[in-house]
Amino acid sequence: MKKRKLNIAVTGLNAIDSPGPGVSVIRALREAASFDVRIIGLSYESLEPGIYMHDLVDRTYSIPYPGAGTDTLLARMEYIHEKENLDVIIPNFDAELYPFIKLEAKLKEMGIHMFLPTLRQFEERHKVNLNDFGRKYNISVPKSKVIFDLNTVHSLPSEFSFPMIVKGKFYDASIAYSIEQVKSYFNKISAKWGLPIIIQEFVHGTEFNVTGLGDGKGNTIAAVPMRKQYITDKGKAWGGISISDEKMLDMTRKFLKNTKWRGGFELELMKNKDGELFLLEINPRLPAWIYLAVGVGQNIPEALVNLAMGVKVTPFSSYAIGKMFVRYSWDMIVDREEFEQISVYGEL
Amino acid sequence: MKLRKNVAVSEAGLLFNPVTGESFSVNPIGVEILNMVREDKSPDQISKAILSKYSTDRDTFEKDYHDFIGILEHHNLIESHEETKA
Repeated sequence: MKKRKLNIAVTGLNAIDSPGPGVSVIRALREAASFDVRIIGLSYESLEPGIYMHDLVDRTYSIPYPGAGTDTLLARMEYIHEKENLDVIIPNFDAELYPFIKLEAKLKEMGIHMFLPTLRQFEERHKVNLNDFGRKYNISVPKSKVIFDLNTVHSLPSEFSFPMIVKGKFYDASIAYSIEQVKSYFNKISAKWGLPIIIQEFVHGTEFNVTGLGDGKGNTIAAVPMRKQYITDKGKAWGGISISDEKMLDMTRKFLKNTKWRGGFELELMKNKDGELFLLEINPRLPAWIYLAVGVGQNIPEALVNLAMGVKVTPFSSYAIGKMFVRYSWDMIVDREEFEQISVYGEL
Repeated sequence: MKLRKNVAVSEAGLLFNPVTGESFSVNPIGVEILNMVREDKSPDQISKAILSKYSTDRDTFEKDYHDFIGILEHHNLIESHEETKA
C-alpha cells in the first residue's frame, strides 16, 4: 500500500558543536514506516548546516527570530504554507516554543498540526520554576534560586555552598567556585540570554538524560534513558549509550502521568553516589541525540507526527539496551550561490 | 558473592552495566574468574582452579583476588549481601 506523504517543517538545522535537534529529527522522519515525507527546513541563520543537506532537507526557508513577535512569525508561516502546503511543524528550540504554542490554534485552522506542550506545562517546567515544580509533583530537584540583580549575588553563600551552578534562562550553565566567578557568569550569561539567572545547588554525581513522548493524557508513549559517554566542553553529548535504569523510567512515567505532558521532552538527571536521582532540567522538546532513540527501536519523531495528525499511536514497550551513538563532524562543500540564495532571498 | 544478573561479560573481557551505562575491560584471567563467579564457585574453588592452571602462589593470588573483587564492589557490579540474601 502506498504510504501517505506528509509535508513536515522542522527547525533546529544548526548541526554544530552545540547542535540543534533538527537534523536528527529529520533522519528519524525519513525512516518513518507509517508515512513518507517532504522536509521543509526552517532556519534562522544562513550557515546552519542542515540547509545544505539536500539529501535530508528538500527546501529551506528562513524564519524570523522569536524576538520579532508572533505576528511576524505567523506572516512568514502563511507564506511558507502557501508554497509548501505544510501538514506538520516540529519546532526544536526552547526559545521558539513560546511563539509556536501561542500560534498553535491559528496554524491548526490553516491545516498545520503540531504536538506541543500546553502553555501551562511549558511555563511550569521552566527552570525558573523548578523548585515549585518539584514540590508540586513530588520529584526531587536541586535547590535553586532566581536572581535578577548582580547585587544579590553576595547573599548567595548563606543559602548555597560552593560550587554552585549559574544558569541562563534558556541555555548555558557554568560551575562557579567563588563569588567572583558567579558575578562573571552572571554577566556573561545574562548578556547572551537575558534575565533572570538561575542559581542552582551543585549535585555531585553522574549525568543522565531521558528522552520521550507524552500523549497529553498522562500516558508514556516512549522513553529512552541514555548515559553521556563523551561530553564536549559545552557539556553536550558527543557519544552516549542507552541504559536500562528502572528508577529513571519510573521517574519519567511519574513526570508524564502527573503533568499530563504533551509532546517530546528531554529530562536532565543527576544520580548521586547514593543512587538518588535529581531532576536538573526539563527540556520541552526533542534532544539533539534523538536519533539514538530511533536506533534502539523507538522512532519518537514519527510517533510525535502521528499524534499531531490525530493518528492512534501504540506506546513503545521496549528498546535495545547498550546501543551507542557516536557523533561526528563533516565538512560539506557548498556553492556560494546557495549561500547567496538563502541569505538574500531566505529560501533554498 | 554474585555478579549482578544484568551485567554482561563478553568473551573479549568487556563488562557492561546496563543500569549505569558503564563499561570496564578485564584481562583474560579476570574473565575466567568472572565466569567462575557466575557459576557460583566459591572463592576456594576459584583459588584452586587458578593455582592449578597458572604458576603463582596462594598468597599472591588471594591478594589479587580480593583487590579484584573490591574493584567490582566499588563499581557496584556484584550484589550486596542484603541483595544476595533476598
